[in-house]
Amino acid sequence: MSAPSDNMPIPAQAIHSKPLLVRHLPYFIGAAILVVLAANMNFDGYVHNILLQATTFAIAVFGLSVVLGLCGQINLAQAAFFGLGAYAVGIGTTDLQVSFWLCLIGGCVISLLAGALLGASTLRLGGHYLAMVTISFQQIVTLVMINAIWLTHGPDGVSNIRRPDLFQSSQSYLAFCVAMLAIVGYLVWHLSDTKLGRAMRAVRDNELAAGVNGIDVFRTKIYAFALCALLGGLAGGLFAGGFAYVSPDQFSFAESIVFLTMSLLGGVASPIGSAIGTGLLILIPEWLRFLKSVPGLYLAIYGLFVILIIRFMPDGIWGFVADAFTRWRAKIKTPPASAALQLKPATVGGDIVLEVTGLSKYFGGLKAVDGVDIAVKRGGVHALIGPNGSGKTTTLNVLSGLYVATAGKIVLDGTDITHMPPHQRTASGLGRTFQNIRLFRSMTALENVEIGAERPGNTMVGKGDDALTERAMEALTFVGLGSRANELISSFSYGHQRLIEIARALASNPTLLLLDEPAAGLNSTEKLELHELLKRIAAQGLTILIIDHDMTLVSEAAQHITVLNFGRRIADGESMAVLRHPDVVSAYLGSE
Amino acid sequence: MDLALQLLFTGIGIGAVYALVALGFVLIFRATNVVNFAQGEFSMVAAYLMVVAVEAGLPYWAAFIVALLGMALLGVVFNLGVYYPLRHRTYLPVIIATIGASILLANSVLAIYGPQPQVLEGWFETPGIQVGPVYLDSQYLLIIGVTICLVIFNFWFFEKTLLGKKLQATSQDKEMASLLGISVSTMIMITFIYSAVLGGLAGILVAPVLFVSIQMGSTIALKAFAATIIGGFGDVTGAIIGGLALGVIETFGAAYISVPYKDGFAFLVLIAFLIFRPQGIFGERVAEKA
Repeated sequence: MSAPSDNMPIPAQAIHSKPLLVRHLPYFIGAAILVVLAANMNFDGYVHNILLQATTFAIAVFGLSVVLGLCGQINLAQAAFFGLGAYAVGIGTTDLQVSFWLCLIGGCVISLLAGALLGASTLRLGGHYLAMVTISFQQIVTLVMINAIWLTHGPDGVSNIRRPDLFQSSQSYLAFCVAMLAIVGYLVWHLSDTKLGRAMRAVRDNELAAGVNGIDVFRTKIYAFALCALLGGLAGGLFAGGFAYVSPDQFSFAESIVFLTMSLLGGVASPIGSAIGTGLLILIPEWLRFLKSVPGLYLAIYGLFVILIIRFMPDGIWGFVADAFTRWRAKIKTPPASAALQLKPATVGGDIVLEVTGLSKYFGGLKAVDGVDIAVKRGGVHALIGPNGSGKTTTLNVLSGLYVATAGKIVLDGTDITHMPPHQRTASGLGRTFQNIRLFRSMTALENVEIGAERPGNTMVGKGDDALTERAMEALTFVGLGSRANELISSFSYGHQRLIEIARALASNPTLLLLDEPAAGLNSTEKLELHELLKRIAAQGLTILIIDHDMTLVSEAAQHITVLNFGRRIADGESMAVLRHPDVVSAYLGSE
Repeated sequence: MDLALQLLFTGIGIGAVYALVALGFVLIFRATNVVNFAQGEFSMVAAYLMVVAVEAGLPYWAAFIVALLGMALLGVVFNLGVYYPLRHRTYLPVIIATIGASILLANSVLAIYGPQPQVLEGWFETPGIQVGPVYLDSQYLLIIGVTICLVIFNFWFFEKTLLGKKLQATSQDKEMASLLGISVSTMIMITFIYSAVLGGLAGILVAPVLFVSIQMGSTIALKAFAATIIGGFGDVTGAIIGGLALGVIETFGAAYISVPYKDGFAFLVLIAFLIFRPQGIFGERVAEKA
C-alpha cells in the first residue's frame, strides 16, 4: 500500500475562498449595530420590557430550533428549563448572595444536566414517550416551584433579583442580552453545517439510515436535547436578571406551549425562524391586549394556531421563504469540478474480508436465518441470492446491526463486530444501501453524501469541511451526478436516488460494501448503468456483497455466489458452478 | 390495616378512571399509530357538558345521554379537524396538532365557563355503604362496576363482532384492510368516536369525586399515559392493570408520604419503568416505526 498522502485529494480552494469569520462579517456588524442601538436608545419602560422579553424568549426558542428543528425530537418542557435557569439566578442572587455570573452559569449547568438525564431515560424510545415525559417533567418542576416554599418562596415567587454590577442600568442590561442573543443565534445558525448538526438532521430525516452511516443516533439526540435545555436555562437566567422577579406561573406548561408555538410559527428549522416567531408572538398579543381580558381565550387561539400552522404551513414563515431561496440557489450555483474518486479500503486482516460463521436469526419460532456461513474474499464481488423469503435481507440486516444475531459470529477485516450497534460497524468499515431507498429527504444530494464521508475512521478525508465537501463531490461525480450536487433529494428520479445512496456509501470509503437489491425498481437502461458502475467500483478493489434477484446482473458481476433457501445455505462457490447446482435450480424452478 | 383497606378501595376507584382513559389512548394508538394528547380533554369536556345539562334541568340519565352524544360529535370533529388532514404525515406533526387541540379545548372551555371549579352531583342518593372497616363510596362502586362492564364489552366487541375484527384489521395493516374492502377512513372515524365517548364516560364518572375543572383533563391524561407505559404500550390488558396500579400507588403515596406531591408519584413510577422496563409489564418492546 502506498502512503495515504498519495491519494489525498488536494483541498479545493475554490469552494470556500474566504475564511468563515470574514464571510460572516456582515452578521457580526449587524449584531454590533443592534447592541449599540439597544445600549443608547432611550426606550420607555413598556417598550424596554417587551424588548427584554423578546430577547430572552428568543434564546429559549433557539433551543427548540435545535431539538425540534434540527433533530426532530419534541420538548414540551422548555418553560421548565427556562424556569430552572431563572430560579437559579433568582434564589442565588437574593437568598444565597452569590454573584450573578456564577448563578447564570449554575443555572445553565442545572438545566443541561436535567435535560441530559431526562433525554437519557427516554430518547431510546419513540417520540410519544418523550412528549409525555417532558410534559410530566414540566408538571413536576411546577409542583416543586409552588410547594417547596423553603427553597422557592412558593407561589409568591422571588423578588429583588440582582443584576451584574457591570450592567446595572436597564439600557446596558438590554444591550448585554441582545449581544448574548446574537452570539447564541450565530452558534445555532452555524450548528446545522457542523458535523454534529448534520448528524442531527440525518437523525431527524431517517434514524435507520443515520445509524448505518456511522452516526450514534442515541447520543446525537441526547446532545440536541441537552443543548436545548441549556439554552432554556441561559434564557431563563437572563430573564430573571432583567425583570428582577420570578414566580411559578411564568414557567408553567402553558408557557412551554407558547415557546413551541413561537418556534412553529417562525419556522422550526432555523434560528431566523425562531426570532421571527418569537417577535410576532410577543408583539401580536400586545396589540390584541383585549383578548387577555377573557381568561383562556388567548391560549385557545394559540392552540388553534398550532393546529393551523401544522396543517397549512409545516415549515413556518421562514421555512417557506428559505425553501424558495434554496431552490433558486441550487439552479444558479454550479458546483466546481472535482478530482477522481479514490477508493482505498483499509486492510487489517487476511484474504477474507468478511467471515460469517453459524449466523442465526430467529423471530420467535421462525428460523429466518439458520446457521449460515459466508466468507467474502477481498477485492471480489460476492452475491447472496435465494428465492423470496429465503432470509437474504434478514442476513443483511443482521450483518449491518439492525437486527441482533441469535447465534453466530461476524468478523469484518479481523474485527469481531457481532455485538456492535450499527454506527460502530460502520466505523469499522461497513457501508450499505437499502432496498427501499433511505436518503435524508430534506437535504441536498451533496449533504447526504457528506454524512457518509464523515464516517468515523474514514482515512480518505482530510481535516476540515472543505476536504469533506471535496470527498463528497468526488463520490457524486463518480456515480455521474456531480453537476446536480446542490439539488434537493426530492428532485431526483428513483434511479438517481439509488445512485446517490451508493455514492453516500462510497464516500465513506468502506472496507466492505453491502448492496441490498440495487437493481430493484430500475428500468433496463438504469440497470446497465448500474452494472457499469459496479464494474468501476470493483476495478478499484473494493469488496462488494450484493443481494439481488436479477440473475443477469448477479451472474455477470459476481465471481462468487452463496445461495440461501429457507434460511439455510444450500450452495456456495464460483458463480457458474453454483448456478448449475441442482439444488439451486430446484429452489428457483421447483424440483421435477 | 383498616386505613390500608380503605385506601386500596379508593385507589382502585381512581385507578379505574385512569384505566378508562388509558383504554382510549390505546385504541387510537392502535388504529392510527399516534398518541392523542387531547384524550384527557375529552374527559374534561364531557364533565362540563354534564354540568351544563344538569343545570339546564335535565334529569341525570338524560344529561348523561346528552353528554355522551356530545362526545361522539366531538370525536367526529376532532378526527376531521385534527387527525384526518395529517394522516399521511409522520407522527411528530400529528402529536403536535393533538397538543394544539388539547390547549384549544381546555382554554375554550375556560373562556366560556370561567375558572371556577364546578360541582357535579353523584349518580346515587345514598352516599355509600359501610362494609366492615371499609366505607364503600357509591360513586367509586359505580366507577369500578362500569369499568368491569366496559372491559367485558371491549373484549366481546373486538373479538366476537365483525366490526371489531374490521377495526383490528385496520389497526394492524391499513393497506391490506383497504384491499379487502374495509373502509379505513370509516374505521378510524369509529375509533375516534369510541375513544371520545370512552374518555367522556371516564370524565363524567370521576367528576363527582373530583371538582370539575379545566385542569382535570391534563392531570388525568398524564396519569393515563403513564398507565399505558407501565402496563405495556398498545396493550389493552396492560392499560387496565397499569391504570389500577397507578391509582393505588398514588393513593398510598398521598396518604403515607406527601399530599402536595401526589401528582408527582405517577411521574416517578413512569421514569422508573422507562429506565428499567420500558416495554412495561405486558408489552413487547415498541420502537418507533421506521
